[in-house]
Amino acid sequence: VIDEIDKNGDHASLASVFNQNEARVDWHDETLWFVRQKRDRAVHQVADWEDLRSLASQIKENVLDNLHDYLIAFEQRALENGIKVHWAATASEHNKIVYDIIKQKGVKKIVKSKSMLTEECHLNEYLESNNIEVIDTDLGERIVQLAKEPPSHIVLPCIHKKKEEIGELFSQYLGTPKGNADAPFLTAAARAHLRQHFMQSTIALTGVNFAIAETGEIVVCTNEGNADLGTQLADVHIACMGIEKIIPQRKHLGIFLRLLARSATGQPITTYSSHFLKPRQGQETHIVLVDNGRSQRLKSDEFRNALKCIRCGACINTCPVYRRSGGHSYHHAIAGPIGAILAPGLDMNKYADLPFASTLCGSCTNVCPVKIDIHDQLYKWRQVLVRNGHASTAKAVGIKSMAAILSRPLLFKSVGRISRMLLKRFSFLAQGRYNPWHRQREMPAVPPQSFKEWYLQHGKKRK
Amino acid sequence: MRVALFVPCYVDQFYPKVGIATLELLEKLGVEVEYPTGQTCCGQPMANAGFEHLTNTTSELFIKNFSGYDYIVSPSGSCVLHIKEHLNGVSNSPESTEIKKSIFELTEFLTDILKVTALPSYFPHAVGLHQSCHGQRGLMLSQMSEIVGPPFSKPESLLNMVGGLRLVTLERSDECCGFGGTFCVTEEAVSVKMGKDRIKDHLAHGAEVITGGDMSCLMHLEGLLRRAKSNVKVLHIAEILNAER
Repeated sequence: VIDEIDKNGDHASLASVFNQNEARVDWHDETLWFVRQKRDRAVHQVADWEDLRSLASQIKENVLDNLHDYLIAFEQRALENGIKVHWAATASEHNKIVYDIIKQKGVKKIVKSKSMLTEECHLNEYLESNNIEVIDTDLGERIVQLAKEPPSHIVLPCIHKKKEEIGELFSQYLGTPKGNADAPFLTAAARAHLRQHFMQSTIALTGVNFAIAETGEIVVCTNEGNADLGTQLADVHIACMGIEKIIPQRKHLGIFLRLLARSATGQPITTYSSHFLKPRQGQETHIVLVDNGRSQRLKSDEFRNALKCIRCGACINTCPVYRRSGGHSYHHAIAGPIGAILAPGLDMNKYADLPFASTLCGSCTNVCPVKIDIHDQLYKWRQVLVRNGHASTAKAVGIKSMAAILSRPLLFKSVGRISRMLLKRFSFLAQGRYNPWHRQREMPAVPPQSFKEWYLQHGKKRK
Repeated sequence: MRVALFVPCYVDQFYPKVGIATLELLEKLGVEVEYPTGQTCCGQPMANAGFEHLTNTTSELFIKNFSGYDYIVSPSGSCVLHIKEHLNGVSNSPESTEIKKSIFELTEFLTDILKVTALPSYFPHAVGLHQSCHGQRGLMLSQMSEIVGPPFSKPESLLNMVGGLRLVTLERSDECCGFGGTFCVTEEAVSVKMGKDRIKDHLAHGAEVITGGDMSCLMHLEGLLRRAKSNVKVLHIAEILNAER
């Protein structure tokens, strides 16, 4: 599905399609702004919020500085706890490891709670191509799964869908009465539907929010308890995590849990923050540690900071561009500002457009609970992309001539004068359909003189 | 005190009145202002589009024109931020370090250096203040809604000194207008929608004039307002602070 979207265009063209229905854009913007405001109200009740952000950032910096040692320590503890640990260098290695576990158990269906890592690795598609049915148990994820769409948001996967559309989907797939869009009713229907799958499934897959090096335990945060129900009923628990999910000690968890839910949804804490230390009697637990480009990024001074991300989605909710372009316009598993700095690290060709899908307003950087310099990284990615030839010839020629003119004061003065004269006399030149400024905006009025011309004529005389 | 005026390239070409208002305002406040006539641009249009490597000559030109002054003042938060963060022409030369320290956006120069506490200005209108992101979040001219901290606003404190002026309260105090440099044409649909939404907020709260510290944002909003045949005007904050009875 993601690849199909990619063929249909870059962020700008997908966003332009999204904007054809202005009322829907307003609804999308206001829905996410509501979440941003909830976050604001929640964080303003925490007097030491900015200190918490600094602490979390420093802990994550420490993790990145010592990632190798922490990972080895984590593996050691996890093994001692009776957990099977797997290492995957790439997305396909990860998918193969998961598939092999499922195959070995002779199982045809698994339940899966939310995991952005498995989205990044396209695990569902891989397993389905191997005839394994995957049931996403997070309500939002189940909805987009039924709709055969990727999630449009890392925390709120179906935030782009109105409840009427969800009612439509449920009537088609879950047999609810047509036209019923009552949220509690639909939730109850989803609950009954998912319950059957929970009961039948012997393998449960979860993501990981935090992995504690000191103890070898993992922590999974959900609001629906679906990770817990899945793992408690299953014989096998597979937990998949990016290697950056490590935190050094259990005592650090309080800092991150306080930051995570407030930043994500404005809740003081997620409803369920579940610790998995050892497999229960008779259960088997696997942890798959995935690199998939992370150690490459760790080597980059400019971009390694993005590995601090705890996937709260605050930068997405606050982003004025995301709110008005929708998650699918980013054609990547992780949308919004954080997606725009992560994606080009995975595939520069495919995601060269994303760092330009921003005004560099900086709201993302300041809302980020672990202080990732997101908008600065967007700027730096632009430089890297252009250096690697990802700018159109027309743009490169345009910018080069602009630089040439602006480097020569006299040339700038005369080009400015001539352009203003042309704009005034032949205003239709700038009013054609090829001028994207003019399509919905008037051109600025043309003054008779530039400031410099005025200053040379009047400026000094006035004194 | 030697003070140089930096007038951004597009202000020079399209909004000379903003340069004039800035010059007059500073002179009114007793500052002797020099305007280095060899100046052009800070380099931001190229750099934000990913072509920072083409800004060496504009950086050198900037350094040549603006070295040796006690202060450089400019009516643009965005261009000032670019100089502070990316003036790389002669990498880390003492001159470029000096310039990064001595350049000020107009309103912060008035509040922090001149320590202005009263103005002879008069502007009897309902005014909406558009907080341009680079000035606000980059130069920290105002507290931002993302941060937990005490509220403050340098441009607002100045507007509050203007006789007759009534500042309107906005629903979203610091949302981006969508100009964003080349973004305004490469992402035309989203840029326009962001601008329209900002305008709607100002209109809903009765603004007769939208002002701000960056003419680029205001040019974008003005283009939208004029297309909608609105009576609401945009004025740079220098024009309001320079207005008298």
